[in-house]
Amino acid sequence: MTLLSDSSVVGSARVKRGLADMLRGGVIMDVVNPEQAKVAEDAGAVAVMALERVPSDIRRDGGVARMSDPQMIQEIQATVTIPVMAKARIGHFAEAQILQALDVDYIDESEVLTPADEDNHIDKWGFTVPFVCGATNLGEALRRIGEGACLIRSKGEAGTGNVVEAVRHLRTINAQMRRLTSADEAEIYRLAKDLQAPLPLVLEVAATGALPVPMFCAGGISTPADASLVMQLGAQAVFVGSGIFKSEDPDRMARAIVEATTHYLDPSVVAKVSTGLGAAMRGAEMASLEQRLAERGW
Amino acid sequence: MVAAPLGVLALQGDVREHVAVLAGLDVEVVAVRTVEQLRAVRGLVIPGGESTTIARLLETSGMRTLLAERLRDGLPVLGTCAGLILLSRSVVDGRDDQWSFATIDVDVRRNGFGRQIASFETVVEVEGVGEVPGVFIRAPKIESWSEQVTVLATHDHGTGRTPVLVRQGAAWGCSFHPELTDSSAIHELFLASLS
Repeated sequence: MTLLSDSSVVGSARVKRGLADMLRGGVIMDVVNPEQAKVAEDAGAVAVMALERVPSDIRRDGGVARMSDPQMIQEIQATVTIPVMAKARIGHFAEAQILQALDVDYIDESEVLTPADEDNHIDKWGFTVPFVCGATNLGEALRRIGEGACLIRSKGEAGTGNVVEAVRHLRTINAQMRRLTSADEAEIYRLAKDLQAPLPLVLEVAATGALPVPMFCAGGISTPADASLVMQLGAQAVFVGSGIFKSEDPDRMARAIVEATTHYLDPSVVAKVSTGLGAAMRGAEMASLEQRLAERGW
Repeated sequence: MVAAPLGVLALQGDVREHVAVLAGLDVEVVAVRTVEQLRAVRGLVIPGGESTTIARLLETSGMRTLLAERLRDGLPVLGTCAGLILLSRSVVDGRDDQWSFATIDVDVRRNGFGRQIASFETVVEVEGVGEVPGVFIRAPKIESWSEQVTVLATHDHGTGRTPVLVRQGAAWGCSFHPELTDSSAIHELFLASLS
């Protein structure tokens, strides 16, 4: 947090979490070049995630996946008016410093890239730019929030086109939050220990029944119905990675997922936008995967 | 007869916060996602969010035409951040196809105070109210305005003083986010103008 000369403050938790609040009900789309960014914005995306390869290609190509080339990020920033996010490797605070210097709007400390530190995540409190982090359960979510994350996304399994892990993670986080709200005062300490989460944050969730920051969903969403499903399970917005630009008609798929995310409670709208969409991305069974990206991060 | 509810446009953005503030002021509120709901409200709040997204969803949901009509007929409206952009006369440096309702005679620049790193909190002095917290998130900047516009608050962020809360008739526009703070002063001003 920094105090400016006109006595205003930048980088406060409120403005960092506040941008996540503004993205609620929206779709954040992975894009690899300015042309895709334009398609995403035209379709009604609330933000784009600039990266070199979508997760399904990272999975296919193997090797070390790193932060994107700054030039590509800047070209995308110059192309769209919506927020531009970018990914840093887990624990790679130098990549995060570069992304902040590039003026990106949100940094995703992401398991989709190859981790740089197998013990520590980035200390996110030291940054003016806000961070989003993935989580597979409540303890992981609260540890990330404890480190300064301003937005949590359930991880799912990126690049698979299979929503099953996203559902598992959302349901797990929700069930664990419900358990906390029904715990008596003595049980809270034990639950905090089981969750391996900071006690003050556990107490806050027990009191409010919700995370202290917005919770979005990522990893495997590839149809309008998937978006409706995860929104009904409590996600407040969705990240779509490979699901759009690996589908048969990306422009239409993007528009359809945007509408389904807004009107997720109205099956007739979701039915309408799902009609004649062309093929969704080819998906993968979890059992066929060589690597589970969601297991990265601790 | 039961009074018609107040609406919060619920296509995208921080809808929940506006609903909570209004409910806290004992106002009956409905989240507006359809033409039928829009037809029934006695006033509307357009929340923060992404103006391009909300604009697109206004079109796909069929609400754009009705909302334009209702605004022309003097529907009371409060737009915050993206909401202000949608109510503005024009968007400076917006997308080529960016449209707005031209309800308030202001020209706004999207992200006029900078990208997210420049998002800030400050205190805003509102005419007739006093100090209220001002949370500016990739906020639009009002760069010019007509005589029809009443300026109720301004802020100087190092580049000269510009309006951050304006009113023209039944329409209110706010470049910051009162709904993200504990203060309901701006919503109360809007509600007072309804009666």
